[in-house]
Amino acid sequence: MSALKIKKGSSKHSAYNLRPQFSDVQETHTLAVLVENEPGVLARVIGLFSGRGYNIDSLTVAEVDHQGHLSRITIVTTGTPQVIEQIKAQLGRIVPVHDVHDLTVEGRSVERELALLKVAGLGDKRVEALRLADIFRAQVVDSTLESFVFQLTGTPDKIDAFADLMRPLGLIEIARTGVAALARGT
Amino acid sequence: MTRQMTGAKMVVQALKEQGVDVVFGYPGGAVLPIYDEIFQQNDIRHILVRHEQGAVHAAEGYARSTGKPGVVLVTSGPGATNAVTGLTDALMDSIPLVVLTGQVPTFMIGSDAFQEADTVGITRPCTKHNWLVKETDRLSATIHEAFHVATSGRPGPVLIDIPKDVQFASAAYQPKPKAGSRHYQPQVKGNMEMIEALVEAIETAEKPVLYTGGGVINSGPGASQLLRELAEATGIPVTSTLMGLGAYPASGRNWLGMLGMHGLYEANLAMHGCDLLINVGARFDDRITGRIDAFSPHSRKAHIDIDPSSINKVVKTDYPIVGDVGHVLEDLLKVWKARGRKANREALTKWWKQIDKWRAVDCLKFKQDGPVIRPQHAIARLEALTKGRDRYICTEVGQHQMWAAQYLGFEDPNRWMTSGGLGTMGYGFPASIGVQVAHPDALVINVAGEASWLMNMQEMGTAVQYRLPVKQFILNNERLGMVRQWQELLHGERYSHSWSESLPDFVKLAEAFGAKGIKCDDPADLDDAIMEMLDHDGPVIFDCLVEKHENCFPMIPSGEPHNKMLLGEASTKDAIGTKGAVLV
Ligand SMILES: Cc1cc2nc3c(=O)[nH]c(=O)nc-3n(C[C@H](O)[C@H](O)[C@H](O)COP(=O)(O)OP(=O)(O)OC[C@H]3O[C@@H](n4cnc5c(N)ncnc54)[C@H](O)[C@@H]3O)c2cc1C
Ligand SMILES: Cc1ncc(C[n+]2csc(CCOP(=O)(O)OP(=O)(O)O)c2C)c(N)n1
Repeated sequence: MSALKIKKGSSKHSAYNLRPQFSDVQETHTLAVLVENEPGVLARVIGLFSGRGYNIDSLTVAEVDHQGHLSRITIVTTGTPQVIEQIKAQLGRIVPVHDVHDLTVEGRSVERELALLKVAGLGDKRVEALRLADIFRAQVVDSTLESFVFQLTGTPDKIDAFADLMRPLGLIEIARTGVAALARGT
Repeated sequence: MTRQMTGAKMVVQALKEQGVDVVFGYPGGAVLPIYDEIFQQNDIRHILVRHEQGAVHAAEGYARSTGKPGVVLVTSGPGATNAVTGLTDALMDSIPLVVLTGQVPTFMIGSDAFQEADTVGITRPCTKHNWLVKETDRLSATIHEAFHVATSGRPGPVLIDIPKDVQFASAAYQPKPKAGSRHYQPQVKGNMEMIEALVEAIETAEKPVLYTGGGVINSGPGASQLLRELAEATGIPVTSTLMGLGAYPASGRNWLGMLGMHGLYEANLAMHGCDLLINVGARFDDRITGRIDAFSPHSRKAHIDIDPSSINKVVKTDYPIVGDVGHVLEDLLKVWKARGRKANREALTKWWKQIDKWRAVDCLKFKQDGPVIRPQHAIARLEALTKGRDRYICTEVGQHQMWAAQYLGFEDPNRWMTSGGLGTMGYGFPASIGVQVAHPDALVINVAGEASWLMNMQEMGTAVQYRLPVKQFILNNERLGMVRQWQELLHGERYSHSWSESLPDFVKLAEAFGAKGIKCDDPADLDDAIMEMLDHDGPVIFDCLVEKHENCFPMIPSGEPHNKMLLGEASTKDAIGTKGAVLV
């Protein structure tokens, strides 16, 4: 929300022309929202997104501080820079929201998601699935003679890539947690 | 010191501690314990409305005219759902309210019990915050928190849903906590660097404008005072939104009148032509900006607003200042004085000359001729006959609302109650009741259209019961005037369902309620009739029959820029420089 640096004394023919218009480039941002862990708080956040027409690409929530009654909601959202700024400001307005961090702009962050994938198949396909799982460092957490359940942790992209490879090999079900994210360093 | 008491008693106790002197409400099964407590005390007055929507609007009128939060008490289910329009209205117009609703007992929630509704679910998007209190020992603290949230930062309505068993059970009463002990503490001081930058811009600006809004009123009378000082000292012209009328006096030298869709020619052209636009507590509503890409195209823009989400929401801002209007203006004036009270006087003189030419167009000019009262004339006479009195004006929604904004002059803040953001027909009458309750000796007038007025006419019973001498000044055009105007201008004069065929006889209606009715349809009788209304010590319905097909001008059609204003009957011949752009 920083003002543009307008050269002092340049008022004669307004800086309006220098000012970039609201950009329509779509950006994806990961927001970490610290909220009071009270009933309805998730509904408030989700209601804000649906009511104002914002996108939710992924959303995770869990209590992170039992004594302090705080939960952390991690939201991945897509929009123009102006919309992203609005989303942050609107989140900040919700009374039980303590803090809103835009991990995408506040320096580097780590993002991880966990997925469970059920792959059914016999013969070569089954062998190939196992081989690829090994390359992706997915673990086998359940197996029968016709199926595996793989557990994979990584960035959403990595999980997408793995799922794409598993599809022709007999992917029948997938469950994903959504993104958890933290800023790097201290 | 903690005391044990029932939840119901706690409610009354907490309201008293918060300084509440009046509650607008309507009883029902789920709030009977609280009503029982209200019965047994005398500190808090209860006003029994005739519909819960009326209670909320009355509380809005009370709040807007006093600066204090309005308080409402209604029952579960239908009581709560009837309050929803009022809550949404208050949210849009930033009016502080605390609404208490009854709820079915906690052990029945979720069972589709009698008069159960998911009140916190329904009202989540139309309150600033809401709470369902499931334990009596949380109740008093929640009520105190509710008052804090409703009144701090950008004000708004909050709701507390109280199950009936929570009202019966006992727990320890928690007194009001000291300020500063809570997590919700919006920022009130503006960023000093940005304030400095704005002062610098003010010093050199050639064509500055102050665009003020409801935030100045929200900030309190001190903020209006500072605004006046700033305008007088710098010589900057002032315009205001519908919601900010009265912050700067209509008789003030720098006053341009209201801006926006039905705003004054000079105000809108000043906005369009300015080089520095200073938004003080307004929110770039679409009734103001018109077409965004053509809105005030040559200006740098400053925005003072307590709500960070208002900034850059609609219009990109060069000088964003998050803070309370009063605090920011105080700092701004200090900096401006410390830097030597500079202003670009020469350029300002030229700017005012230009503005005077726009003023000379006299866009509100009209002629009262012929045997039918023109609505503008009715308002102008009301203004002339009530000017200088201790006067509060409410309105309904429609053409009459705009004429009231255009032809009445407001000298002080908190004297003008209107539904701006939601545009709720049926707001004005109950609001006038709330205002009169807060100011028993003042002159309270609701400028109404007959269609809006009928939407909450049941409140006549309330006015009569509590001897509230509210004056209902109805401009009766027997039409949904504003709708009719749009149909005429935008829908080929196809007047689809925009009139009523069976309006009541308003004089008889007043009499049926035990009030006074006056009917006037002759311009020659108008002054006497208005005086008769003013002199009557009791509620009056004034049925003023006016021209049925009058249009409200100036008007900027939706989606057009400011310089595409329709001036209607008023002359545009002198419109300097923009002649070609002004469509008549
Ligand atoms: C039929 C009809 C026609 C209308 N035509 C017009 C028209 O021609 N012109 C017009 O102006 N309006 C018109 N309106 C009203 C319009 O819809 C908006 O309600 C109005 O313009 C908004 O006023 P505002 O910008 O002052 O904002 P408000 O709704 O009053 O909002 C106040 C702003 O100030 C901020 N604020 C609150 N408290 C503080 C504080 N303490 N310090 C700093 N900031 C604070 C808030 O965050 C908010 O951004 C019309 C309405 C109707 C129903
Ligand atoms: C509750 C509600 N319903 C519908 C509307 C749409 N509307 C806006 S103005 C208007 C006509 C108002 O007529 P009236 O009260 O007679 O006032 P006039 O415009 O004739 O002065 C209508 C229907 C509204 N604003 N509010």
